[in-house]
Amino acid sequence: MCSVCGCGPGTHHAHSGHEHAGHEHIGHEHHDLVLIEKDILAKNDVYAEANRERFERLGVFALNLVSSPGSGKTTLLVKTITALKKKLSVAVIEGDQQTSIDADRIRETGVPSVQVNTGRGCHLDAHMVEHAMEDLPLVRNSVLFIENVGNLVCPASFDLGEAQKVAILSVTEGDDKPLKYPDMFAAATTVVISKIDLLPYVDFNVERCIGHLGSINPDLDIFQLSATTGEGMEAWIEMLTGAATQAARKALCHA
Amino acid sequence: MHELTIASALVEQVCDHARDRGASRVGSIRIRMGALSGIAKALHFCFPSAAKGTLCDGAVLYIDEVPLTVMCVRCDAIKTPSGHYNFRCPDCGHPTPKVITGREMQLASIELVGADAPPAGAHASAGATDNSLSSQGI
Repeated sequence: MCSVCGCGPGTHHAHSGHEHAGHEHIGHEHHDLVLIEKDILAKNDVYAEANRERFERLGVFALNLVSSPGSGKTTLLVKTITALKKKLSVAVIEGDQQTSIDADRIRETGVPSVQVNTGRGCHLDAHMVEHAMEDLPLVRNSVLFIENVGNLVCPASFDLGEAQKVAILSVTEGDDKPLKYPDMFAAATTVVISKIDLLPYVDFNVERCIGHLGSINPDLDIFQLSATTGEGMEAWIEMLTGAATQAARKALCHA
Repeated sequence: MHELTIASALVEQVCDHARDRGASRVGSIRIRMGALSGIAKALHFCFPSAAKGTLCDGAVLYIDEVPLTVMCVRCDAIKTPSGHYNFRCPDCGHPTPKVITGREMQLASIELVGADAPPAGAHASAGATDNSLSSQGI
């Protein structure tokens, strides 16, 4: 029996749609309006915070690398690891829809790497990263690269718990890309303009691109480099080494 | 595919609330999507498949689109840019990277349907659980 208006089951009198304080009564079903006011991705954010806390506690400097497919993320990563591994412990989580080609390429450098296949999914989420870490034990005071699925849309919305979100933009893609995908460049902390050795052959205006980036996110740390020729790699490696040292020092203070 | 993940996250969260309150199904869902999210239409399209077989099956999805507004530090005022790809003040041309509204992806409210169930908050099983928890606390 309805505790509000007293009607019981099987009584088909016409009282559809009448309203009481706090609930509405349509037919013989109660309709309760419940205010939630919560982010749809709240669950992802909880996992992301747990990951972040773990990284900070262990002094792991974690980076989330995002870009379009074909920007040269994996090539940059291989060159970066080769330069970093002499001084620092490095590990990699590779996100791709299919295959373990990228993780295999990374393993050839001698650092541990785990491939996460997202299948139909177009991005990594914080929960996938948490699971990936089960197969990739985190080393204290190390660098963790999380190479996201090649996509400039979805990964912008999913915090993985990283310290830096690095958007890689190759000069073959066009200098107006930041304007086309503003959400990603607004969410990023760092931008790498890659393949600069190809600048003489493409219509890419670096100054204009940096201007667009500044209008969306003036706090971006911007690097220009070529993983193939090595030009600009020094500043990038220096930043990574500095940030990793700082993460390790911070963890030591918290211990 | 992005929108399917968002739809699945939405369905999961709504189902958790519906189960907690002992509802038999969800009548409608109201969400707020910022203009920058750009997936309102796609979300409408894939919501039914994400909801299939859950308490959200058959629920009506209402999407309130939140317009893009940005802060212009030069004018010291909140402005509406002339387009989504134009992060400059429409009046003075100054860059306006600070987004005030337009990035939202929020679950605002849900309408729960419980066949001949008492109103939310007074539900028998939920009430019993609450009481037993508080008595254990004492």
